Amino acid sequence: MFNEKKGLRNYLLTMVFIMVLLLIAAGCSEDRLPVSETKFFILATTTSTYDSGLLDFLNPVFTEQTGIEVQVVSQGTGAALEAGKRGDADALLVHDRESELDLVEQGYFIYRNDVMYNDFIIVGPVEDSAGVTEANSALEAYNLIADGKHIFISRGDDSGTNRVELRLWEKAGIDPETGDWYLAVGQGMGETLRVANEIPGYTLTDRGTYAANRDNLELIIVLEGDPMLFNQYGIMAVNPGEHPHARHDLALTYIEFLMSEQGRQLIESYRVNGEPLFFPGLGGL
Amino acid sequence: MSSLFEGIIEAFHLIIVLDPDLLQIVFLSLRISGTAMIIGTILGVPLGAFLGLKSEKKTRLINKFIFTLMGTPPVVAGLIIYLLISRMGPLGVLGLLYTPWAMIIAQVSLATPIITGLTMVGVRSKGSEVVETARSLGAGPALAAWTVIRESRIAILGAIITGFGRIIAEVGAVMIVGGNIAGKTRVMTTAIVLETRRGNFELAIGLGLILLILAFIVNSLLYNIQRGGNSN
Repeated sequence: MFNEKKGLRNYLLTMVFIMVLLLIAAGCSEDRLPVSETKFFILATTTSTYDSGLLDFLNPVFTEQTGIEVQVVSQGTGAALEAGKRGDADALLVHDRESELDLVEQGYFIYRNDVMYNDFIIVGPVEDSAGVTEANSALEAYNLIADGKHIFISRGDDSGTNRVELRLWEKAGIDPETGDWYLAVGQGMGETLRVANEIPGYTLTDRGTYAANRDNLELIIVLEGDPMLFNQYGIMAVNPGEHPHARHDLALTYIEFLMSEQGRQLIESYRVNGEPLFFPGLGGL
Repeated sequence: MSSLFEGIIEAFHLIIVLDPDLLQIVFLSLRISGTAMIIGTILGVPLGAFLGLKSEKKTRLINKFIFTLMGTPPVVAGLIIYLLISRMGPLGVLGLLYTPWAMIIAQVSLATPIITGLTMVGVRSKGSEVVETARSLGAGPALAAWTVIRESRIAILGAIITGFGRIIAEVGAVMIVGGNIAGKTRVMTTAIVLETRRGNFELAIGLGLILLILAFIVNSLLYNIQRGGNSN
């Protein structure tokens, strides 16, 4: 039969040969892969911000003026904050003011600025069987939905929107997770809107994602304008004291750009389907 | 329904005008999955052939292990790689997260068990018969082993192409470790997720069609190779 020892030795020799080949292959393909020579930093942001297209509008202007490339990674706010805490991003553009201020306090982030705001809306099926359009506040709307056990779709993904939604349930004194009318789908805003559209049910969404998806949805806005549905976005840099490798200077340049008069004007002028989606600065709570 | 129809038109439009963004995404997908396939082949084929030449009894536990890894959900592989290469992870200093290399590492971890497992099965099915014949004709162990591998080349090619098919269509792992950064780590599958979320169904279905066309080309190659092999 087969000579075991010899077989093993041949195998080891082959493996060494392979490792050499592997290194050569790695060396060769390095320059074939897109490695940016320009200066860049990583901006972790929320899916709702990114999906609105705002950054595709702002960042080219910034890059043209400064030569700095913004590499955007979009996740839920929870995941984005985590990426920042771990030092996997250099700057964050998120919307959970309480947590942001907490994390600045804890020393993870610095130079936090209230960069822009917009609002959340409650959307639902055209029939509006819960009669939410008659409600005067978000809490009243939540009570109508819960009392009638009308289906409510939750993001359920620890995103900024999800956190706002859960805080509202808490304020309304309702524990929705005990009801079978409450469905947590654990997905992004666009997907959640589509689930709400198909089932159909109510959901809390940011105005931007709803505007971007409106053509594919039969959902209507059933409640808007409650100050509680206010949505503040903050921008901040990862603390270089915490993560020395962070591209701190580039992140600061970006923050300064967004907070400048030009940045404010750009944010204000951005439109989706002719509708303004973001307003610069700190909004009134 | 109209989205599906418009998507098909959009796909052909994008292909015909050779949209530069689209080309960039398609080529990046091919480069990443192609590199991962080559590395997976270099690692998986010798290992699979080595295991396939051993008797099944001796490698029972390893077999089970490899077959389990063949079914690793991509998102799990992605998460593990993420935790390894994140700045806080043991390999954090390398700064690999959100780079094409991170995606290649993740895809190698998915492709290698498939290539290893299928090579092993292929070699084993030819195995002892060929070895005995070769030995009886006076071949040494190394030459006998080489003969088996050569005889199993169709199965090995099939293993490599199956591995490639799996990783080019995979989204869970590359989304986590690549971050879907436009122009840098955005590949076809992650672009489809993004455009679906953004409500751009036409572009999403267009990209999906291109992925299907690529899959068709790869599978046609596989089919022709296997047919060619059988007629010999």
